[in-house]
Amino acid sequence: MGVTYFFLYVPIIALVGMSFNASESPFTWNGFSTKWYGVLANDSTVMKGLTNTLIVAFTSTFLATILGTALAVGLHQYTKSAFLNAFALAPAIMPDIVLGIGLLALFALLSMTLGLYSVVIAHVVFSMAFVSAVVKARLSNSDPALREASMDLGATRSTTFFKITLPSLTPAIVAGALLAFTLSLDEFVIAFFTNGPATPTLPIIIYSMVRFGVTPEINALASLLMLVSFTAVIGAQRMTKLAEAR
Amino acid sequence: MTEKKNLIEIRNLTHRYGDVTAIDDINLDIHENEFFALLGPSGCGKTTLLRVLAGFETPDAGTVMLGNTDLISIPPNKRPINLMFQSYALFPHMNVGQNIAYGLEREKLGKNEIKTRVAEVLETVGLSDKSKSRPLQLSGGQRQRVALARAIIKRPKLLLLDEPLSALDRKVRAEMQIELKRLQHEVGITFVVVTHDQEEAMSMADRIAVIAKGKVEQVDFPVDLYERPKNRYVGGFIGDSNFFDGIATSTGIINEKLGPMPGNHYGRNITGPAHLLIRPEDLRVAQGDEHSISAKVQDVAFFGGASTIILTIDNHPTTILFSQPGSTSIQRGSQLQLTWDEQKAIVLPSDSPSESNN
Repeated sequence: MGVTYFFLYVPIIALVGMSFNASESPFTWNGFSTKWYGVLANDSTVMKGLTNTLIVAFTSTFLATILGTALAVGLHQYTKSAFLNAFALAPAIMPDIVLGIGLLALFALLSMTLGLYSVVIAHVVFSMAFVSAVVKARLSNSDPALREASMDLGATRSTTFFKITLPSLTPAIVAGALLAFTLSLDEFVIAFFTNGPATPTLPIIIYSMVRFGVTPEINALASLLMLVSFTAVIGAQRMTKLAEAR
Repeated sequence: MTEKKNLIEIRNLTHRYGDVTAIDDINLDIHENEFFALLGPSGCGKTTLLRVLAGFETPDAGTVMLGNTDLISIPPNKRPINLMFQSYALFPHMNVGQNIAYGLEREKLGKNEIKTRVAEVLETVGLSDKSKSRPLQLSGGQRQRVALARAIIKRPKLLLLDEPLSALDRKVRAEMQIELKRLQHEVGITFVVVTHDQEEAMSMADRIAVIAKGKVEQVDFPVDLYERPKNRYVGGFIGDSNFFDGIATSTGIINEKLGPMPGNHYGRNITGPAHLLIRPEDLRVAQGDEHSISAKVQDVAFFGGASTIILTIDNHPTTILFSQPGSTSIQRGSQLQLTWDEQKAIVLPSDSPSESNN
């Protein structure tokens, strides 16, 4: 187990360590410095990419959470079809490159100009599948009698949905949303295909920077991305626990 | 018993799931203020009947009238009927008070009235101190009380209870049986309980409908079900029983191996193939030259209040149960001459249960 953990975390530790390296060369250690974080903050390309990425991540997460939850509830309540269920999950399993090319072809067919919104649409497609999978798992573990009990006590269908079904799904919805968020944050392949030239997202900028070698600035950037993802995941766990304890 | 007013009238009710007929042409009257039990083995259709009453299933045919209203056309949330679910179905994200208030909030009652009535009903079920607890923090018995409180707070005309005691352990179950009966008297609501446990039904219900394969076999008071079952199925389902096959005569039956066996027709004048049902406590050791059968004692079991003696009879396919009050001096392996009170032995027609439906 020790070996596995070593294997898992050494690259991350190296990355974070090197982001504090005063030297510009990835091969030497010249002492501790936070100057690369400063360089990063002043790099307008990186900052623009970060903004784009955050816009995409927040928007696509928001939309995917609503649509994915609706999809899961709809599938759970109105169909037993294994076919439809499998198809709801397909975008999550499909290779990113297939989805990317497919979406690009579709956008071209509709003669849409590419921009941030096309990335958002693309991210919603696969995030939604993840959200619906997480929410559906929770639904299939929930007591079907809860909805009937609500109706029996005089609630309409919509009251039952908002007062009973939705609250009991909150932990799953939050977990699904954070999953969607972290997936969108560092998604490269699909964004690469569906992005407009004027609006690169952060992973695309990192990729173009790496072509000229790994600099400590990139290490710093990657460390920051990781921090955001970790915070999101830990936040998700807290929310889940909170929701269950309530 | 005085003639009671009908609360619910079920006529020619039939419901199928695909090829399976869950309830088959059922007719049933449920009286006002009674504790009614639907008793039958699992898969007999009793739960489907309950779900039709609650409104979660729309039957293929038949009517269910509550007074002058046809219930079938009314959705579950508009029926003056509440259901206590087998799983209790308490809302996990709400505390006990919120769970109980949910039904009243849907009626858009004032906050103060809701508060008063929740406090009232919590008092009734003895959970006044648990209002702020979550369902998961409660014991099984307490959860059941919450479910009951939530179901009775709307003061329904009819309360349905789906296997209300099955999730409880034995001791709590016995307490809740008494508790449910007390509550039913106290709140004056008609209770319809679904159960597969005949002891549960016998001890709680005013009247019982025995259901088999989607049909009502017999509706009667518990004592009458036991003492005067209409057919072999009911006789065997309720209580312990000894059956003898034969041909009916005017004074009993004639068994091929054991000869004439006296019994009571209860005025039905059964002819042709028939069964004789003798309850274990109606058997006794024969004295002198009474009619009797010879049996060998296989085992003796003492249950505190009574002893059960298990016997075998030559050429008889099943063992015979014979019970005596208190302890017994009968020894295993001994041979007994048994006789019975011919007024209490019941002659039953040899129909299959579904054909003998009336």
